[in-house]
Amino acid sequence: MSSMRIPEFWLACVIKPSVFLASLLPLAWLAWGWSTDGLGANPIEATTRFLGDWALRFLLIALAVTPVRMLTAWNCLARFRRMLGLFAFAYAVLHLLSYIGLDQFFAWATIWAEIVKRTYITIGMLAVLCLIPLALTSTKGMVRRLGGKRWQKLHRLAYVAGVAGVIHFYMMVKADVREPLIYGAILTALFSIRLWNGRTRQVARPSVARKAKRA
Amino acid sequence: MLIGKIAPGGVRNSEITPRSVYLNRRHFMQGTAGAIALAALPASAATNERKKLEGVVKTNFEVSPDESLTKYDSVTGYNNFYEFGFDKDDPKANAGNLRTRPWTVKVDGHVAKPGTVDIDDLIKPHRLEERVYRHRCVEAWSMVVPWVGIPLKDIVERFEPTSSAKYVAFQTLLDPEQMPAQKRSSINWPYVEGLRIDEAVNPLTLMVVGLYGEVLPNQNGAPLRLVAPWKYGFKGIKSIVGIRFVEQLPPTTWNLLQPREYGFYANVNPKVDHPRWSQATERRIGEFRRRDTLMFNGYAEQVASLYAGMDLAENY
Ligand code: HEM
Repeated sequence: MSSMRIPEFWLACVIKPSVFLASLLPLAWLAWGWSTDGLGANPIEATTRFLGDWALRFLLIALAVTPVRMLTAWNCLARFRRMLGLFAFAYAVLHLLSYIGLDQFFAWATIWAEIVKRTYITIGMLAVLCLIPLALTSTKGMVRRLGGKRWQKLHRLAYVAGVAGVIHFYMMVKADVREPLIYGAILTALFSIRLWNGRTRQVARPSVARKAKRA
Repeated sequence: MLIGKIAPGGVRNSEITPRSVYLNRRHFMQGTAGAIALAALPASAATNERKKLEGVVKTNFEVSPDESLTKYDSVTGYNNFYEFGFDKDDPKANAGNLRTRPWTVKVDGHVAKPGTVDIDDLIKPHRLEERVYRHRCVEAWSMVVPWVGIPLKDIVERFEPTSSAKYVAFQTLLDPEQMPAQKRSSINWPYVEGLRIDEAVNPLTLMVVGLYGEVLPNQNGAPLRLVAPWKYGFKGIKSIVGIRFVEQLPPTTWNLLQPREYGFYANVNPKVDHPRWSQATERRIGEFRRRDTLMFNGYAEQVASLYAGMDLAENY
């Protein structure tokens, strides 16, 4: 397996902006839905769910970067990891804001009671709490300040958030658990690739640590 | 789709055709001409067609002036009918091929006159009433629906239940060919529900055959469904093929699935939460702000006495 060579210009000026714009498409779809009355009979529920779905999807996509690199040696993928992770965080925050502002209409007492009382919401909150430090330490400066090792350790929380996200989804479903189980299977597969790879060979370590040292 | 498409809205009195005329016309339709017409159409076109019910009498079962009817498209496009799929828009998409005629309902158990009755013979002797009821789903959303139906009490009396009939058990059609999600085993099909006999004969309890003045759309439980407006929507069993009068409390589908979350009574109660969410408020479909949920969905005056002395947190 040889690593893919893509000219720097393409990566920086074409592919990365395209991935960025593509990551905004779900939001565009949502805006389109609201403006055309296209979100069905219960647009508020549809919005909360849609944002929750995309929070989990982006989290899985971001978590897939390293395993895919391990399998394919497409090291350039690492360049998208931070952006994808931040999109996961952004969608999770929007999902939470949709719950607070649209679904509960800022009924803070109720919201607090639900977070404490309803296990699936507590677990959703846990996922958000895991993502916050990751977003805060996503800048190059923070990587440097923490040091690569500590940074990597901290960012294992992304898997905790993923597990919490899947459990959160699984618990809110009434009867058809196929969808959360699919997400759970993907997460398990990604984690297994990492473990297996980490054990069999020491290649393709996430590049952040090295980059941080260089910087 | 081809004939008789009308705008949503109630039936005005001036539009009501005498019932005898209507019945004759319908018999004619069921005869050769109707059969030919139906055979010539693809099944979905035939069954998705909107058809006005005639001879419907308006009643004074109304909601408060600050509540308005939920839009027809929401009532018929946002449904829980798991036999056709687990998402809210699945029933509308997948119920088109349900054949609602011919259709029979088997009535048995502790009754003097058991039998298998053709759906039209079941409906025919009765006056069709339009009643505007609140509809509260256990998932904390709600609607206001102008149902058309027959008081269950009137139907029950025809079969003359004996003193052993303490409960009424209902059953939905079991036919995975017509109800595709029945091919999946996550629920133990067929769907079953039940009422205590005094709940069944409460004047509010309705056997529904239509909404918005029209024949009940398949996705809403055609040709015959139950509506007990003070209970959560899942008690309102759809596409009924069996009514059995029994002595013991009958099994009910959601209770079998999640006994801690869904009880036999399932009375709307803002003070008794679902384990996973609050029942204190609800989203009225079409409205932005939540509404407070009313005790017995606003029908306490009519039904509270049924549960006098019962612990409603225990008997949820
Ligand atoms: C405090 C934080 C959170 C709260 C209060 C919250 C709340 C909710 C609520 C109320 C629903 C159900 C929506 C409905 O049926 O109306 C939901 C669904 C969901 N949430 Fe969250 N959530 C939180 C965090 C998260 C996070 C961090 C993720 C992802 C990583 C996530 C992913 C999902 C998913 C995938 C669904 C299911 C969507 C569907 O049914 O398609 N949630 N959440």
